[in-house]
Amino acid sequence: MSSILSAEHITVEFGGLVAVNDVSFDIPEKGIVSLIGPNGAGKTTFFNILTGLYKPTSGHVMYDGQEITALVPHKIAAAGVARTFQNIRLFGSMTAEENVMVAMHSHLKASLATTILGLPSQRREEKAAHEEARSLLEFVGIGKTATEFARNLSYGDQRRLEVARALALRPKVLLLDEPTAGMNPQESAVFVDFVHRIRDEKGISILLIEHDMAVVMKVSERITVLDRGEKIAEGTPAEIKSNPRVIEAYLGKGVGAGH
Amino acid sequence: MAISILKRKNKKQKQSASARSWAISMTLIALGIWAFFTYLFDKTPDAVQSWFQVWLPPSTINESLVWVICALGLNIVVGYAGLLDLGFVAFWAFGGYAAGWFMSGFFNQVNIHFGSMSAKTIPGIHLSFWLVMIIAALIAGFFGIIIGAPTLRLKSDYLALVTLGFGEIIPQVFTNGENIGGFNLSNGTKGISPVDAIGIFGKRLGPFDLGWKFLIYFFLAACMVFVSLRIRGGRLGRAWLAIREDELAASMMGVPLMRTKLTAYAVGAFSGGIGGAVYATHVNGIFAERFNFSISIILLAMVVLGGMGNVWGVIIGALLMAWINATGLPAIGDTFNNTFHTSINFPSYNFLLFGGILVLMMLFKRDGLLPEARIKMISHENDDETSNTGGH
Ligand SMILES: Nc1ncnc2c1ncn2[C@@H]1O[C@H](COP(=O)(O)OP(=O)(O)OP(=O)(O)O)[C@@H](O)[C@H]1O
Ligand SMILES: [Mg+2]
Repeated sequence: MSSILSAEHITVEFGGLVAVNDVSFDIPEKGIVSLIGPNGAGKTTFFNILTGLYKPTSGHVMYDGQEITALVPHKIAAAGVARTFQNIRLFGSMTAEENVMVAMHSHLKASLATTILGLPSQRREEKAAHEEARSLLEFVGIGKTATEFARNLSYGDQRRLEVARALALRPKVLLLDEPTAGMNPQESAVFVDFVHRIRDEKGISILLIEHDMAVVMKVSERITVLDRGEKIAEGTPAEIKSNPRVIEAYLGKGVGAGH
Repeated sequence: MAISILKRKNKKQKQSASARSWAISMTLIALGIWAFFTYLFDKTPDAVQSWFQVWLPPSTINESLVWVICALGLNIVVGYAGLLDLGFVAFWAFGGYAAGWFMSGFFNQVNIHFGSMSAKTIPGIHLSFWLVMIIAALIAGFFGIIIGAPTLRLKSDYLALVTLGFGEIIPQVFTNGENIGGFNLSNGTKGISPVDAIGIFGKRLGPFDLGWKFLIYFFLAACMVFVSLRIRGGRLGRAWLAIREDELAASMMGVPLMRTKLTAYAVGAFSGGIGGAVYATHVNGIFAERFNFSISIILLAMVVLGGMGNVWGVIIGALLMAWINATGLPAIGDTFNNTFHTSINFPSYNFLLFGGILVLMMLFKRDGLLPEARIKMISHENDDETSNTGGH
């Protein structure tokens, strides 16, 4: 299977600390894959490399056949690598709809002059952007909150809004950093279907960081396990469940093969 | 909670309706003021006239409109994009000197007239005010980009420091610009005066045509309001607010940080240039010593007092503080001194007052005295929200 995003031999050092050590990793086209590992394993750091926020000490990131290792974050985002944040980072005093529309920045053409003059082309574009934002909010199930301020949304709705905002980039790859954190088991179960809908309806490849093993095992086609910056296992959910190194890494955390 | 949910309903409708009703009522008030001073003022009893001369002279009304123009420019930088600029006076100075250079007899080696109503025989460069305003804006905007491009990469604290230095250096250059390698750039501390009258509909607006100037300044301020609101509602305004809210998240959503910040800075500088040129026509000259740090601080206080990013709040903040600065403080001071037989120089404390207001606002009321209803709502709900999230 061809991969849409691949990381090759990524190493990240912070001072003396090696947060990610020689990790290679592929996101297959239209695949749903997961990155798991204990706290501090380097998962979020790896996301930050893929999205250009940090530059790796060594290694390369390839996206859609091109090297993007050195690109600035906003270019990587505009090229179609979207993400959500482990600790929600919405634009609090903007409405839900506006949050989504911010992410359309790179698609919209309006300039300072056309905005001030309110030219028809700009108005049309703006209207279409509004409609797209509304439909994305509907898609993630929070259509009613369009004119509410992000800061006022419930925790679960804020997580959904983060997904809607990421989708507004019209990405080819979506990186979700612990999307079910703070959700109850029912919401998490619904979430599994939701991830499938994103992939099936929008044709987006998805990489998840997830702590909830029930979700991971149900949703992932392949799983990669990090521990202390090292890739210790890779495979299908069934393979990962029975992998002794994975079980060892998770021992004492109460999340094992039996889950 | 229940009340705030009710309040949130129909917010969108209310917002656009309120913008329109604000605009209409502001215009009506302006026309009322203009009609009063133009047609009725002379017919009122002497007591009324002298009251106005002490507490609300027409020149203060005009001056406060100049402040509104500049405060709205700074609001784009500080209020929308969240970039702390402590040197906005530099752009005001550029605008002022542009008026000094291009609409006065200062460069008397040449004799260039274009669109100006001053006599063709007077030497110097005499361009139409409207043209000079654009030149002033372009010069200020250009320097905004020059100073912004390297510094906007810095963290916001450093940006504040660099702009502070810039705001000190530029007026100094003008103050000492009498002889720059033999070239007289600014006439030094003597300043440049008079500047040409504004010409409109074949009429020259001299120092005493305050009514007409009022209408022109009001028109320009209204343009600033229009532009501010238009930009806010579009692609660029959203990107500015996103940067203000969370720069990192904005860049992860495809917003180019440098370019977007630089645009905010340049648009702010552009407006500051316009404000400076307008100010020159208001005081009929350019005087180097007026371009000092307190202007930057007063403007900042106007933006903060009015509620960062809230155009209507900033206007009210600007009007109020401009009045205090030009009339309120001296008039209150005189009353105080007469009553208590003291001789305190109240206006000399303006800097202290506005600096103090700024500090107090930042400590206790960051969303301004007149926050947008929504901002107020947020900052109050934020309290119980932080305690909520702990439960998840
Ligand atoms: N900017 C940084 N500077 C220094 N150290 C960092 C930085 N970012 C992450 N680290 C360190 O790198 C290691 C990996 O952190 P990371 O956030 O990637 O872990 P994680 O797998 O996402 O953990 P969690 O499950 O808790 O989110 C940690 O030891 C962390 O302290
Ligand atoms: Mg993490």
